[in-house]
Amino acid sequence: MIAIIDYNSGNLRSVKNALDRLGAKYILTADPSEIKSADHVILPGVGAAGFAMENLNAKGLVPVIKALRLPVLGICIGMQIMCKDSEEGNVKCMDIFDTHIRKFPVDENAKVPHMGWNSILNMDGKLFKDVPAASYMYFIHSYYPELCSDTIATCRHGKVMFSAALKYENFYGTQFHPEKSGSVGELVLKNFLAL
Amino acid sequence: MVAKRIIPCLDVKNGKVVKGINFEGIKDVGDPVQMGIKYSEDGADELVYLDINASKEERKTFVELVEKIALGINIPFTVGGGISSLDDASRMLDAGADKISINSAAIARPELISEIASKYGSQFVVCAIDGICVEKQWLATTHGGSRMTDVEVFKWAYEAQERGAGEILFTSMNHDGTRNGYACDVYAKFADILSIPVIASGGAGTLDHIVEVLTEGRADAALAASVFHYGQIAIPELKRALLSRNINVRI
Repeated sequence: MIAIIDYNSGNLRSVKNALDRLGAKYILTADPSEIKSADHVILPGVGAAGFAMENLNAKGLVPVIKALRLPVLGICIGMQIMCKDSEEGNVKCMDIFDTHIRKFPVDENAKVPHMGWNSILNMDGKLFKDVPAASYMYFIHSYYPELCSDTIATCRHGKVMFSAALKYENFYGTQFHPEKSGSVGELVLKNFLAL
Repeated sequence: MVAKRIIPCLDVKNGKVVKGINFEGIKDVGDPVQMGIKYSEDGADELVYLDINASKEERKTFVELVEKIALGINIPFTVGGGISSLDDASRMLDAGADKISINSAAIARPELISEIASKYGSQFVVCAIDGICVEKQWLATTHGGSRMTDVEVFKWAYEAQERGAGEILFTSMNHDGTRNGYACDVYAKFADILSIPVIASGGAGTLDHIVEVLTEGRADAALAASVFHYGQIAIPELKRALLSRNINVRI
């Protein structure tokens, strides 16, 4: 059973739909015991980092998530709030991944938000098993995770090279939306569910 | 860098995809979900579904269809047609749409753009403009091209951007349905004025037309309907042709 953490952070439907397409079983929950007893945990998220952290804190879920030893996947904002902190509202985050969230600089050749299909490079590890090099993934974001020792895939937008995916022990995160990234995105989700 | 996008557009009436030439002579072509799945497998980067139903009763069925589309396809999609309030936009978000496009309602009440963008973010709001060139001036039309306005399209597109639209989808009514190529000069002008992406629509007939609008026209995305629906242009072949001309596309 997959637990999708329901913390009032935007629309969970696209993640649910993607899991339905894969025939995977899931529950939406904010209950610590249900989260701890799941096989996999997904932390989705749309919106601002500050709002997402407030909601997680209000539900008392930060220590619950940090203590998990099963595979956890943060998507987009879900991944950003697993980093140290975010420039979006100067928010302190969960400090799982050893990196910071920065705002894309103004660059006339690289529009912000970074929206659309971009290729990811330097893929490393089981999350990207059988994913072809330079595969295109779907991104929508104005803030990005800096490169760090937890980086397991990179992406370039304008002059900025950032972490497209992160891993620390059992924690994974993608800046792109695997649930909207066509068949390669589905492969990433399948690989996560196979962990 | 972000890839240039290829976007099939599916006009939906009574639960079926149809395509009219200049919105007249509507003809049935297929099931919206199945066509969406086929296009995503072929390499379409995004899909646009337009509700061309006339009545409110028929529109209710469109929301149910959006739920089925969201469940069926694994790429982003935009829905438009008849969205005239924040509530309409919310219903589409809840049904699983990634973006909504607004057109006539935004011209009637430009604040609608800001209202939706401030609640759901700019990435959710596509401002669609149906322009027509009359005596060398590009003016916006509404209601599927049937009503003229005195709104100048370049000024309007800039205002839409400033109000929070995340993208502009511009259709040239002079080119739509002709298959003689896109209004490239118009898109190049949008590219000069705007900092948000522009989707070109109206006039696709050949691979070269799409190449032109993405290069000379500097559009971020090319949208077409009938050339894809009737198989004149196959998306895998189109993507390879674009790549061979050094246009950055997702293969």
